[in-house]
Amino acid sequence: MAYDLKKEVSKKDRLAGGHRLCAGCGAGITVRAVLRALDAEDKAVITNATSCLEVSTFMYPYTAYEDSYIHSAFENAAATTSGVEAAYKVLKRKGKVKENFKFITFGGDGGTYDIGLQSLSGALERGHDMVYVCYDNEAYMNTGIQRSSSTPRFADATTSPAGNDLPGKIQNKKDLTLIVAAHGVPYAAQTTLFGNMKDLHEKARKAIYTKGANFLNVLSPCPRGWGYNSEDLALMCKLAVETCVWPMYEIEDGVWRLTYEPKKKLPVEEFLSKQGRFSHMFKPGNEWTIEATQKYVDQKWDELLKRCGDSEK
Amino acid sequence: MAIRDRKSGNAAVAYAMKQINPDVVGAFPITPSTEIPEYFSKYVADGQVDTEFIAVESEHSAMSTCIGASAAGARAMTATSSAGLAYMWELLYVAASSRLPITMAVVNRALTGPININNDHSDSMGARDSGWIQIYAETNQEVYDNFIQAVIISERCRIPIMVCQDGFITSHGVSNIELIEDEKVKEFVGEYEPENYLLKAENPLAVGPYGTSPYYMEIKREQAQAMKDSMPVILDVAKKFESMTGRKYRFFEEYMMDDADVALVVMGSSAGTGKEAVDRLRAEGKKVGLIKLRVFRPFPRRPLAAAMCKVKAVAIMDKAESFSNSGGPLFNEARSSLYDLPDKPYAVNYIYGLGGRDIRVEDFYDIYKDLYVICENDDPGDVYRYLGVRDSRYTTEEQRMMEEEYKPGAARSYGMDKQAYEV
Repeated sequence: MAYDLKKEVSKKDRLAGGHRLCAGCGAGITVRAVLRALDAEDKAVITNATSCLEVSTFMYPYTAYEDSYIHSAFENAAATTSGVEAAYKVLKRKGKVKENFKFITFGGDGGTYDIGLQSLSGALERGHDMVYVCYDNEAYMNTGIQRSSSTPRFADATTSPAGNDLPGKIQNKKDLTLIVAAHGVPYAAQTTLFGNMKDLHEKARKAIYTKGANFLNVLSPCPRGWGYNSEDLALMCKLAVETCVWPMYEIEDGVWRLTYEPKKKLPVEEFLSKQGRFSHMFKPGNEWTIEATQKYVDQKWDELLKRCGDSEK
Repeated sequence: MAIRDRKSGNAAVAYAMKQINPDVVGAFPITPSTEIPEYFSKYVADGQVDTEFIAVESEHSAMSTCIGASAAGARAMTATSSAGLAYMWELLYVAASSRLPITMAVVNRALTGPININNDHSDSMGARDSGWIQIYAETNQEVYDNFIQAVIISERCRIPIMVCQDGFITSHGVSNIELIEDEKVKEFVGEYEPENYLLKAENPLAVGPYGTSPYYMEIKREQAQAMKDSMPVILDVAKKFESMTGRKYRFFEEYMMDDADVALVVMGSSAGTGKEAVDRLRAEGKKVGLIKLRVFRPFPRRPLAAAMCKVKAVAIMDKAESFSNSGGPLFNEARSSLYDLPDKPYAVNYIYGLGGRDIRVEDFYDIYKDLYVICENDDPGDVYRYLGVRDSRYTTEEQRMMEEEYKPGAARSYGMDKQAYEV
């Protein structure tokens, strides 16, 4: 069935309005868009790592979720879901649960790239029937914009501040999707809040309805951490994709496929210049940081094209 | 007819788990509890249980899977020791505050620093304030019996429970055991039917909220109330168990206490050695007794204080240091429980058996001897003592002077000095 945005957004939201996320935050939109990919008749249990999302959507005694939901800790969301999914298997076998449930986990980049990586890796290797969605906003936003291993090189974060000696974060962003793919999971993909959200929707459906432990990495910008005006959320996502800073692709049964190729790859300045976290890169004398960023983005893009090309052969 | 068998403590726990047939077991190997998931996974492989066994990548994930499974409506279990329990620490509080009835076999082993695989109670004592019920066992039989009782204590109270036994001493020591028939165990533990759970399709549930200040303290108060309310449940389950098996369990066992002059309070397998010492000293006409504490959480302060008050001096034995400079955890709670009583015994503390340091019948003689000296002198001396340790540093003159300065009444300190250990 062809994707129809109007129809999709007319569905009953499974993440209710009135949660406490900031205006212009990508996390809530990511969650809502992923949950929209569920068939209406399917039940879900949502797991959440400690994060902005968690503290903003389940503040006692209010929950923004229409579905069952569990938050346990920061670093164990994937393991928590593993337990829920195992319980489902056995209770379904025993006839104690009749309905179909899907298991969707949301964690930020802190809870996924960093402190929750072991838990995620364990769950992926064991192959629980679940989806892990990383809403990647490239820093620990909940505690006040500290650098994570997902923070890109040169970004100014509160534990990698740009100063006289250091130009923001020293290291490049960890390539988590590649690490996940190395687990040999049935389905993994990168996407973002792009255009009419068809890409995200289709990937979420595949991730939810392909059996096994599947993974979505969704670039979900943060206006406070990135330093953009809240109305520019969609622009941030678009520029990340059009500059190839955040390529959109999927890996299905080991086959790499590019799901969007910019007609004309934009220079990284287009993405960097719109955000406060990169503003020091445009000061005189720091030109090299932009060159280094462009070089790195080009290199990663070429690697990706090669992987996708190799898969096609 | 009960089944007579020979089993190690670990095999007994695994066997109890097989009989209970839990929905989910998530576990990670760590000495000396490793055999429990080993034996249990064999039951899974042979199709003898309906359990989903999750061989996780860490104890942290073991507890996390139990939390997820229990919240989802499943009967969930795990087993661990030492560093494994320490690694679960954060999640112990999550499980307890979410009121999830998870049953965990803890095979007590010393915490690392330096690494040591042998028994003491530093692991579970470190988790004593996490909101879990803690039950300790002297023998393999008790481990088995406690584990079967634990499941329903936990589910009725909605408090997770640790069933503790001494690493290697009971976990690997094989001894005679009386097993209960499968169908009786099945009937005793029943089906787990929670009121609310994640997979209840008609009524979705949200677990693990952000608890703001207007609510957090009430949640903690509820947990404290549940712990208080668990006391009659523990006794009720014990009585039902007794009518099924004839084996009697209470918060603690009193051994030769009725006419005793002096007594020990001890937990775990050392109680067996202590009882042997009691028997031998009794044969010499010495009126000595022993209290074996079974339930440490909830702490049975009133009944325990009443039992301790039967004697003139009591030695409270801690198989864990708390580095508080005022004695081990059991000592502090047991001694504090005496405070309100008008006529109380002297109470001194012995830190013993750390990292598997052996405790012999003769060591118990020495303690009883100390207790008689205390009665004779009408003076407890330093209440914070070590047993069976060599080459320790003792109280310096400067520290002694400081203690004298702050002490009300007469000088009577002979404690953290060599004399105390050579009585």
